Amino acid sequence: MACAASTENQQTSVLDLALELHPQVALRPEPFGALAYHYGNRRLVFLKHRDMVNVAEHLAEYPSLSATLAACNIAPMRWPSFEKAFASLQKSEIVRER
Amino acid sequence: MSVESLVAQLKTGLDAPICLTWELTYACNLQCIHCLSSSGQRDPRELTTAEAKRVLDELHDLQVFYINIGGGEPMVRRDFFELVDYSIGRDIGVKFSTNGAFIDAQKARRLAAMDYLDIQISLDGLDAVTNDAVRGVGSYDLARTAMEHLAAADFGPFKISVVVTRHNVDQLDGFKALADSYGAQLRVTRLRPSGRGADTWGDLHPTNAQQRQIYQWLLARGETVLTGDSFFHLNAFGEALPGLNMCGAGRVVCLIDPIGDVYACPFVIHDQFKAGSVRDDGGFSRVWKQSPLFLELREPQSAGACASCGSYDACQGGCMAAKFFTGLPLDGPDPECVRGAADETLRQVSVVLAPKPSMDHSKPRQVQLAQRR
Repeated sequence: MACAASTENQQTSVLDLALELHPQVALRPEPFGALAYHYGNRRLVFLKHRDMVNVAEHLAEYPSLSATLAACNIAPMRWPSFEKAFASLQKSEIVRER
Repeated sequence: MSVESLVAQLKTGLDAPICLTWELTYACNLQCIHCLSSSGQRDPRELTTAEAKRVLDELHDLQVFYINIGGGEPMVRRDFFELVDYSIGRDIGVKFSTNGAFIDAQKARRLAAMDYLDIQISLDGLDAVTNDAVRGVGSYDLARTAMEHLAAADFGPFKISVVVTRHNVDQLDGFKALADSYGAQLRVTRLRPSGRGADTWGDLHPTNAQQRQIYQWLLARGETVLTGDSFFHLNAFGEALPGLNMCGAGRVVCLIDPIGDVYACPFVIHDQFKAGSVRDDGGFSRVWKQSPLFLELREPQSAGACASCGSYDACQGGCMAAKFFTGLPLDGPDPECVRGAADETLRQVSVVLAPKPSMDHSKPRQVQLAQRR
């Protein structure tokens, strides 16, 4: 899927990864979603939707991000936006591979 | 959610501040001429250790991730390390601003051993002449010595914090090189006409040409230079600088001063922007959530005289504190409006009529003593 369009070889989609919230990250609920703060790298990130927060909190319980999305009842048409958002969260180390 | 809609959300306020500044004391060994809290002498009403810990307990419950500690010189407080330890123990990271005078080799090692602690050393000139003209004789050496101690103790990437003035704006590349030489991070912030800065702003604030210079310099550096998002008024030049483009006062930011009074932001220590006190019933939490001032700041703000300007969305009318202490209306342009929209009004405002800070902890002026030693 994402790999087919990619110019890089063997690039795995974040959807296939087994992820978890970084242990140094705290989530603070807010009306728009949550604030995520990484005590290690001091990054402050906005999770701009409550569904994002829900998925982030349940990542470690499922074998992959896509399995978590399915379990959290996220409609497949919304998966590309979650894929993008979690790739960015992985880059800032808010979530990581386990 | 787009960045714009996030900013719209943030303007209505958060359940707790993201960025909370806590000036621990008004006592200071220096007398910087732009000190935004007019610090110098300790206020006898200063929060006690026990009171300060109660505030930290509250901030823990509110899930405030970190606090910015300043002063005055926070290391003057005898319980400085006790409070920092307590804060970190309650999952509240500490970033503190210091002039470095009290960071010797031993304290540097102690600071380096702490997790979740960031240090900003203030430096307003790349050489003693430029720096000491603002921060006082000997302050350049104090700051550089502290940096050497931190580097020797392997503290890691501390921050060098520069207030940009008319006199150091040409040194920005040099500051960046200095920070790089220590593996440190450079942080540059905007000069505000607050505290003693009200009296010196006219001489220190960057000229219009320099503002464009700052904008272009920051734009080219991107996120490699920290700014506390303080230069958003420059966004009217065009492309937006990194960071949140909004005034966070009372919405995502506030100040707790040394005696526990809560203000909308660190740059408005004035009764008009005082929301309450951590000593009031309900403590900080109630002030943050219910004070009429903060609730009012979270209401949609009028663009006022800026409504017809095409740049309003870019610059948001600028900084509330900068307008207030230069005697300008809050719903009009920033005194450093890059389009010059405030220039005419600024000329008409009598300096005498501009509001003065409500408190002044400056040391009494002394007859110049002969140099010791």
